[in-house]
Amino acid sequence: MKVTQTLMTASVVALVAGGALAEDMTIVSWGGAYSSSQQNAYHDPYMAANPDVNIINDESSAEAVAKLRAMNEAGNVTWDVVDVVAADAMRLCDEGLAMEIDADTQLAPAPDGTLASEDFGELLVSECFIPQIVYSTTFGYRTDMVGDTPPTSVCAIFDTDAYPGRRSLEKRPINNMEWALLCDGVAKADVYDVLETEEGQAQAFAKLDTIKEDVIWWSAGADTPQLLADGEVVMGSTYNGRLFALIEEQKQPVGMLWDAQVFDLDGWIIPAGLSDERKARALDYIYFATDTQRLADQAKYISYGPARASSAPLVGMHAELGIDMAPHMPTDPENAKNTFLYNYEWWADYRDDLDAKFQAWLSQ
Amino acid sequence: MSALPPYATTPQRVWYYSFRVICGLIFFFLIAPIVVIIPLSFNAEDFFTFTPEMLAFDPEGYSLKHYQDFFSNSDWQNALYNSVRIAPLATLLSVSFGTLAAIGLSQDHVPFRRAIMAILISPMIVPLIISAAGMYFFYSRIGLQGTYIGVVLAHAALGIPFVIITVTATLVGFDRSLTRAAANMGANPVTTFFKVQMPLILPGVISGGLFAFITSFDEVVVVLFVGSSGQKTLPWQMFTGLREQISPTILAVATILVGISILLLATVELLRRRSERLRGMSPT
Amino acid sequence: MSDATDTGPVLAADGTPLKRSLNRALRREKLRALMLIAPLLLFVLVTFIAPIADMLFRSVENNIVEDTLPRTVVALESWDRMTGEPPDEAVFAALAEDLVIAVETKTHTRLGSRLNYEMTGISSLFRKSGRSVKRWDLATDGPFREKFIELDEDWADVGMWAMIQIYSSRYTSGYFLNSVDLQLSPDGIAAREEDQRIYITLFKRTIFMSLTIMFSCVLLGYPIAWLLANLSAKASNMLLILVLLPFWTSLLVRTSAWKVLLQQQGVINDVLVWVGLVDDGNRLIMINNQFGTIVAMTHILLPFMILPLYSVMQTIPPTYLRAAKSLGATNWTAFWRVYFPQSVPGIGAGCILVFILSIGYYITPELVGGTKGVFISNRIAYHISSSLNWGLGAALGTILLAAVLLLYWAYDKIVGIDNVKLG
Repeated sequence: MKVTQTLMTASVVALVAGGALAEDMTIVSWGGAYSSSQQNAYHDPYMAANPDVNIINDESSAEAVAKLRAMNEAGNVTWDVVDVVAADAMRLCDEGLAMEIDADTQLAPAPDGTLASEDFGELLVSECFIPQIVYSTTFGYRTDMVGDTPPTSVCAIFDTDAYPGRRSLEKRPINNMEWALLCDGVAKADVYDVLETEEGQAQAFAKLDTIKEDVIWWSAGADTPQLLADGEVVMGSTYNGRLFALIEEQKQPVGMLWDAQVFDLDGWIIPAGLSDERKARALDYIYFATDTQRLADQAKYISYGPARASSAPLVGMHAELGIDMAPHMPTDPENAKNTFLYNYEWWADYRDDLDAKFQAWLSQ
Repeated sequence: MSALPPYATTPQRVWYYSFRVICGLIFFFLIAPIVVIIPLSFNAEDFFTFTPEMLAFDPEGYSLKHYQDFFSNSDWQNALYNSVRIAPLATLLSVSFGTLAAIGLSQDHVPFRRAIMAILISPMIVPLIISAAGMYFFYSRIGLQGTYIGVVLAHAALGIPFVIITVTATLVGFDRSLTRAAANMGANPVTTFFKVQMPLILPGVISGGLFAFITSFDEVVVVLFVGSSGQKTLPWQMFTGLREQISPTILAVATILVGISILLLATVELLRRRSERLRGMSPT
Repeated sequence: MSDATDTGPVLAADGTPLKRSLNRALRREKLRALMLIAPLLLFVLVTFIAPIADMLFRSVENNIVEDTLPRTVVALESWDRMTGEPPDEAVFAALAEDLVIAVETKTHTRLGSRLNYEMTGISSLFRKSGRSVKRWDLATDGPFREKFIELDEDWADVGMWAMIQIYSSRYTSGYFLNSVDLQLSPDGIAAREEDQRIYITLFKRTIFMSLTIMFSCVLLGYPIAWLLANLSAKASNMLLILVLLPFWTSLLVRTSAWKVLLQQQGVINDVLVWVGLVDDGNRLIMINNQFGTIVAMTHILLPFMILPLYSVMQTIPPTYLRAAKSLGATNWTAFWRVYFPQSVPGIGAGCILVFILSIGYYITPELVGGTKGVFISNRIAYHISSSLNWGLGAALGTILLAAVLLLYWAYDKIVGIDNVKLG
């Protein structure tokens, strides 16, 4: 009897405590070093300024499009602000799942008064999207597992003779298909034209087939750094900021392979269909988190370039390590000798098709 | 497999000992994975394997930092808080509904008993992913997806079969003449239930409750689909951790959970023995 | 008075016929039992059975085409796909009208995604066309047939139109066909393209791996159960704790343990390298493949094999073995001919239980299975949370559910669900 009574009391207490929480704002992001940089640069100062708001972190950005679609169909959107890559933002905007935001009236101008639309410039690739950072998807390799010849070309990923061992690639067609074609002799300018044809897709899959047995497929940005740290893979693709954290903060024996890095944008969207109150709160957060100083602050914690032109001069030293961040930015001339441009329009059109084929290919 | 008789032949001796070795190895397979994480959770490094310092029993190689991380990290603390406020309520729901129904089911004449039993047991039989998917769609429609109540209801449904099974099992050995005697002496049904029936089936009720509790406390598939980040439970946090940001804090949490399961296991064992003794079924 | 009692029915104390009185008592008892059960039954029906039924319904539901393109669907009814000619202007005009509305409400991309499940390429066609159609004026810009074909020549593709026509009904068997690598095509039911066939392989793999896990459990569980059943009560109670501890330990804990053990830089590989069995450069790959899944799941499900085996073996009198031996049987014959047949019900119960649990497993394969060691459940989860092909996910789920219920029915026949014991 006593146990039942205790259980009952505990449950009643739990119920009351559960009802008392209010003003939660769910911010969805990618987790790992990236989320902690946002926590430091945006969330903590925002909550300090707005004590009535409690930010809840959700690490579901990888499935953001799917989950938002599901929430929307069910008519129950539980997210307030979502961090997504530009391509996902365009898709969400296309489908009416993200709210349109007017940069000039709803975002902070630069300190010198320049309008936000001008400050972000051509990085505003969609009406629903407020860019935060420029990042790149690139490769890291274990310096102690590649002998005396560290890889200098992205094609090392397909060269299992020179670099035996497992490698990690993202569990989706984007980037992998392009790299496969590049390393199969397709010129950089022709990649998307080739990929549009059945033969081109077959060619890319055939190239990927040659390493299929050696690949660990990742779906979260933290996977490759962990796999590299554990020595489970010899090299793997991930976001450059993750590799920076692995190399400079955790001092792991890992090197950067900047060749054929793919530039991309990452930023915020606000889901469509929020109540006015939640929408106002989300907009207030966005206004705060994307101003010039905040974007520059984030670069103190992670090596991604701020999306505002006006933030660039404010980027300085790493907050804890005290090293100059500029040479670690993907846009540094030394790193950007050979970059690959990601075609948003093309992927917006072909993503569904290639996803289906890629998943089928994976499970065969 | 009583002791080896003195007249055993050599092959019999060989077989006797090798069989014990084989069984020992299988027990090792069962237990070692659980035991191995305990020392690893005290690793001073962020690795998942034994460092040379640990193998040399150098105190430098050990630390409590992963436990500190668990108790100071807000993600883990939120997850703990959510687990603690979901599981008890779900348990309470399944125990109260389940006990009543089990008493109903143990009557002599229950129409459609088989069909009812099949429905009540089904949450245990249907693969979790299917339950999760179904609840995801259905709870979305009625506005329960992503809510605390939604997760509690879902977990209560999953715990019910365990309560039904354990309580009906205790009722099988229940001497019905006791309730009749009580009625005979003028007790009303409610008094009979609380004064006579309940104390005797209580061990079954509690162990059913513990099963329901561990089902909810340990459940990850359904909460992944039915919950949202506001209901992120410990197993969910562990699942994300294992998939995304693998940190040895998981091993510290795992060690704590192993401690909890040992406690629960001991309680259930004690209850089982007590119940057998009460009903005079124990041979000892 | 006495005459009446002699010929009439037996009466109860209050004067009603005993039969009726008994019947009434019985009815009252039944009602009372039902009243006790009703709250829970209702609870389970609402929180559990209704969701499952809802999911089953999704596997055949197909409203999206008619809801998004209502006019086109009607206009398309009269089109005969056998002519080999794309539909006429009326259909295209209806399509233009539907698409303008769909683009405004932004539903055309969802329809594109839905049709893309059946025919790769439709999604991009709808996206692309949506962008241009937005700028059209319905009143003045006709005729639309040429305009659409000019926009993208796929609009002249008879196969594409046939797909829309086939899938314009409100209910479809398409998802079920897809889940066995078939599809509804203009020429009836056909096999899917080779590079998209995956489900038969996945079902086979799920069954194969579950069987492997089941056999490993029998192999490892039988000796343990035998040992437990033949030791003194005290010793077997002690050892039983070693079986029950993993049973009570969190699934996530056990899965993380296996992750730690099986990694290339994990404990097992470290030990093997240290012993010298394995070269440091050639560490064994034991995780993110089928091996990892099978080992981890055998460990997780082993208690479910041992416990039913043990409870059956406890009832086999040890004297039978001794009798067989005293009659001249060798150890092996005595075991195989006398003991083993009596333990078969336990094996049956354990096998069905382990098999039921393993074919529906999700968490462990997801964490240690990589791409080759995953089950059909992982695919269901993928369709529900990533690809959003809910219909296909529901159809796969329905097939899996049917398989499990069949096994459950067998279990009930053999063991009886009332005999399930816990701990």
